[in-house]
Amino acid sequence: MYTEKVMEHFRNPRNMGEIPDADGVGTVGNPVCGDLMTIYIKVRANRLEDIKFKTFGCGAAIATSSMITELAKGKTLEEAMKITRGDVADSLGGLPPIKMHCSNLAADGLHAAIQDYLKKKEAKK
Amino acid sequence: MMRRVYMDHAAGKPVDHRIIEAMTPYFSQQYGNPSSLHSWGNEARKVIEDARAKIAALIGARRIEEIFFTSGGTESNNLAIKGVAYRNKDRGNHIVTTTIEHMSVMNTCKSLMKEEFNVTYIPVDKYGVVDIQSLEKALTEKTILVSVMYANGEIGTIQPIKEIGEIVHRKGALLHVDAVAAAGQVPINVDNENIDLMSISSNDMYGPRGIGALYAKTGTRIQPIILGGGQERGLRSGTENVASIVGIGKAAEIAEAEMKTEGERLSGLRDKMIKGLLDRIPSSFLNGHPTQRLPNNANVRFSYIEGESLILSLDMMGIACSSGSACTSKTLEPSHVLLAIGLKHEEAHGSLLFTLGKQNNEADVDYVVNALPDIVKRLRVISPLTPKELLS
Repeated sequence: MYTEKVMEHFRNPRNMGEIPDADGVGTVGNPVCGDLMTIYIKVRANRLEDIKFKTFGCGAAIATSSMITELAKGKTLEEAMKITRGDVADSLGGLPPIKMHCSNLAADGLHAAIQDYLKKKEAKK
Repeated sequence: MMRRVYMDHAAGKPVDHRIIEAMTPYFSQQYGNPSSLHSWGNEARKVIEDARAKIAALIGARRIEEIFFTSGGTESNNLAIKGVAYRNKDRGNHIVTTTIEHMSVMNTCKSLMKEEFNVTYIPVDKYGVVDIQSLEKALTEKTILVSVMYANGEIGTIQPIKEIGEIVHRKGALLHVDAVAAAGQVPINVDNENIDLMSISSNDMYGPRGIGALYAKTGTRIQPIILGGGQERGLRSGTENVASIVGIGKAAEIAEAEMKTEGERLSGLRDKMIKGLLDRIPSSFLNGHPTQRLPNNANVRFSYIEGESLILSLDMMGIACSSGSACTSKTLEPSHVLLAIGLKHEEAHGSLLFTLGKQNNEADVDYVVNALPDIVKRLRVISPLTPKELLS
């Protein structure tokens, strides 16, 4: 039911882990629904210098988390904010229809992490 | 080549070669219609009555006329519940069932609620055993039918059916038992255990799919739900599926002969499997009853991770099983059975169901018990829910 690309990311997730001194952290989903994802970002000169994830969830949840880190790494914050759920699914060669809504949370997680970073930056001023 | 271990027998079983052999002549050699008066018809009629007798013997039915062939467990459950409800409306409009029934019982009851029937769902305890006090309280003079499964195919828990039957009969209601998961695995006697109607499926006894049976005690009033030529004494129309009926008959015969030895063998493998997994994997728990459970059922949950990723990981190792996770279902809801025994949603998501079968052996159990700890560990490393101390 999953594409080979999804399975490849599930088997070998990229950028898995935490960033202890992250500049922004975004958590989306809910263990009740079976998917919970935390994205950690490190920002330098308005770019995503580093990005990592931790995910509780199904194969699609883990693969989309891994994929978003590849798509976002090195991008400017503005570029990263423009990455959509559809971009993540497309980069994985598609997701089963039933997974498009429940498990395709990675773009939301990234955006939440960036918003967290911007909020903290604002607070420091 | 990678070892392949199939432990998803609740989802589907291979058909026993002895059963295929028994069925084979009835496709192209003995193809008569049992309703025909000529010798072709007579032969077909004889073999379906023979199959009926084998099922009656397996479940302790007094008369072979009490066995009716259907298309499977789902149809048997629909026929028993709808058929009794419609035919006994004059006696009452109340049906009692439990919170852990199969969807074919759940959804049939739900559809009756849209008509003039009321349904009460009896809760179960943390092991999945029906709460007897709640059952007693739920029964009223309007109760016509109580439907309780013999054993739950997902958590394996076996119900105290005899005791339930006594209570139901004291109140003058009928007891329907969904024995799809249990029949052929554990001894059942409909007469001793106060059962008025019972559903059986063929594939669950290593017979072909698409065939099942309903036991209905003589005198039970049932309205047919499939109308036509009046086969199965008017209760289930449609030309008899002779080959498959021979198949379910043979399945019942083999199950009766081998139940004891195979049940003991499977219980041994099951317990080795459960102990092996619980010993080797921290924060793992057994779902269902520790002793009152089906011989082939090992349902274990692992905290902080999700079932579908477990299934995908096991599949890479050639291991097949099921999960209580929403992510493996069509509805995106975790198993209603796991929620009914009091598990939180996230606990239900992390449950794995292994159902053993005839071709499984000790080496299979060892293979799974050795493979799973590393898989659980890897997914726990990825999960944000895992406590740090569990990973060190």
